[in-house]
Amino acid sequence: MDIQFTEEQEMLRSSVQRLLHDGYDFGARRKIVASEEGWSRKQWAAFAELGLLAAPFSEAVSGLAGGPLSTMIIMHEFGRHLVVEPFVETIVLAGGLIEHVGSEAQKHGFIPEIAAGTKLWALAWTEKGSRFDLADVTTTARRRGEDYVLSGEKAAVIAAPWADYLIVSARTSGDRRDRGGVSLFVVDRRAANLHLQSFKTIDGRRGAEISLLDVRGQLLGREGEGVTELEACRDRAIAALSAETVGAIGELNSATLEYCKTRKQFGVTLGAFQVLQHRMVDMFIAHQEALSLMQHLNLSLAAGEAGLSRLASGAKAKIGYASKFVADQAVQLHGGMGMSDELDVGHYFKRISSINIQFGDPAYHVLRYAQAEAAA
Amino acid sequence: MELALSPEDAAFRVDVRAFIKKNYPAEMRVPNPETDLSKKQMLLWHRILHEKGWIAPLWPKQYGGPGWSITQRFIFEQETTRAGTLPPLAFSVTMVGPVIYTFGDEAQKKRFLPRILSGDDWWCQGYSEPGSGSDLASVRTKAVRDGDHYIVDGHKTWTTLAQHADWIFCLVRTNQSAKPQSGISFLLIDMKSPGVTVRPIITIDGSHEVNDVFLENVRVPVENLIGEENKGWTYAKFLLGNERTSMAGIGRSMRYIERLKKIVKAEIPEDDPAHLEFIRDIARVELDVLALEATELRVVAQMARGVDPGPAASLFKIRGTEIFQSITELTHRAIGNYGLAIREHPVSANRFMPGPDYGHTASEKYLNSRKLSIYGGSNEIQRNIIAKAVLGL
Repeated sequence: MDIQFTEEQEMLRSSVQRLLHDGYDFGARRKIVASEEGWSRKQWAAFAELGLLAAPFSEAVSGLAGGPLSTMIIMHEFGRHLVVEPFVETIVLAGGLIEHVGSEAQKHGFIPEIAAGTKLWALAWTEKGSRFDLADVTTTARRRGEDYVLSGEKAAVIAAPWADYLIVSARTSGDRRDRGGVSLFVVDRRAANLHLQSFKTIDGRRGAEISLLDVRGQLLGREGEGVTELEACRDRAIAALSAETVGAIGELNSATLEYCKTRKQFGVTLGAFQVLQHRMVDMFIAHQEALSLMQHLNLSLAAGEAGLSRLASGAKAKIGYASKFVADQAVQLHGGMGMSDELDVGHYFKRISSINIQFGDPAYHVLRYAQAEAAA
Repeated sequence: MELALSPEDAAFRVDVRAFIKKNYPAEMRVPNPETDLSKKQMLLWHRILHEKGWIAPLWPKQYGGPGWSITQRFIFEQETTRAGTLPPLAFSVTMVGPVIYTFGDEAQKKRFLPRILSGDDWWCQGYSEPGSGSDLASVRTKAVRDGDHYIVDGHKTWTTLAQHADWIFCLVRTNQSAKPQSGISFLLIDMKSPGVTVRPIITIDGSHEVNDVFLENVRVPVENLIGEENKGWTYAKFLLGNERTSMAGIGRSMRYIERLKKIVKAEIPEDDPAHLEFIRDIARVELDVLALEATELRVVAQMARGVDPGPAASLFKIRGTEIFQSITELTHRAIGNYGLAIREHPVSANRFMPGPDYGHTASEKYLNSRKLSIYGGSNEIQRNIIAKAVLGL
């Protein structure tokens, strides 16, 4: 249960820290978010150059074999700097799916481009009525020759406007909400008959509503196994997002503590009030607990332990509630400044709020955690 | 969730587990070991551990400790709490023992330590006084030097299990004019001394755990003073550090959650909307335990590498007690109408207690565990400690 980082892992962490410290401060991020595209090719190239985009992949597919712990280290630092580039979408979601369920040709065709930073990906699993149910899929895929054609609508797909490829879940058999009969497909985002309507997200990213009409798709993984494959993918995403969340919590706690030590009211610093001291102690405890659980989840993922999916839901819930508490209190203790767009605090708040929706909110995962045991 | 163990430590875990299974006395398995056992019964397990050489994990080998590493100590703690064994009396083994071997003189070590290990002496803690609350330095019990003796006058309260005690370790004021913290001494008093009176305090659960201890003109030999006169505050703080090391209570919380799940399953039909609410509340508290356990393991691993854990003990005390309070509250709620009934103390088989067996201690546990956030330095005091030591406030 102890994480004692190896020398390589320490080097990875310090090099990500240096890169972000030098080139990704809050001002730089603000410019990126306000730019036409909303993400930075320059930053992405720098990530690639540093090996971050190849870090978790195995050597067999030209990765650096860092596994989930390298993702954890990177995401923790990305969380501290509110990095908007689609690392989770491209590396963890798409890259992870391709590596775990893709054919040899797909692995060797797609992953080197991902690792080199030349292609971006997004995962389209949500639909209008699906909420957090991976099996609730109405988009259809019909066989046509070697490939399939997909028709239907996908909703709120994060990073889709930036992506070169999409992984789309579609129904190859069964009825809406059947676990079986869902399959995954690789789709060219610029394909004809794929229409995409972009929107801005609360945390400075871009998402899209997507409609497909007979769009060619290449099967990824086994036909009918999409839900199982997506569940494992969600577990990996939760592990990465947990690390990002813990990074953000740490920054909010430091900023809040610093503010309370300097900001004066009624002739004393805010930190002199016991009610606020105790609040910040609870924020500290929330951080410690979230950090411990995040490490536990990532170690279990790296070790391929049984019961991982239940643990991932548990962590999503517990860390979700912890981060919501910290984010709420950080804004509250900053007073009016916490509401200001100029200060970073509100932006951490918004990122944490987004993560608490993506892949299921804490309420959803608490029940999944409870019911997974009842079923076992 | 487990620590990554070396083969030696893994073998040690197996040994500990087997030893408990083989040797824990069946007659100590009663509905509520904290209130239902006689003094003699409580000491059964103590004496077995003593014979094995495992009674004082914290102590250095030269004083009778087993010479365990931090990891082994943690494994022992984990296995004994998971198995639901009654911990040996903390006031003796965890609290006063380390004070005596750290600050006492040779004669005191020789006289007291073996009898603590064997269980022949039962100790209680004379810290709190009426009106002192969490502000321990406000000690008013005074000790005045008279030749080779101190004459002690005062009133200690909330003294746990003083009704069984042979000795009490007391904070007493030896200098009235100094600052509150610097006029305190640490004195060992024989409970059989003339002038010592114990009066029970019955708590809201109906049990007799705590007491008033009155000290009237009690003559205490000077040789019973620990360390230097007026340095008692230093020793007291040292002791409180030990008191809080193991208050996360992971094993106990897990056992109570398992029991709670069974009660909910038996008591609340699945089509009752309350069922879902219980399922959610239980899952949340279970995740609280999981996160605290992960934190405890992280801290133990750090300590094993020589990293100072800072005031981690305060974090464990706060969260461990909050968690156990919510588990006992959920259990009491799950019992439904029989949550109105409470067992009578002292427990007797002849007294009628309604409802299913699994619910018989729910009311008293719920009531009794309200104390957890108050004693051992209230949770507010613990938050003050973290605010100062970690946050620099």
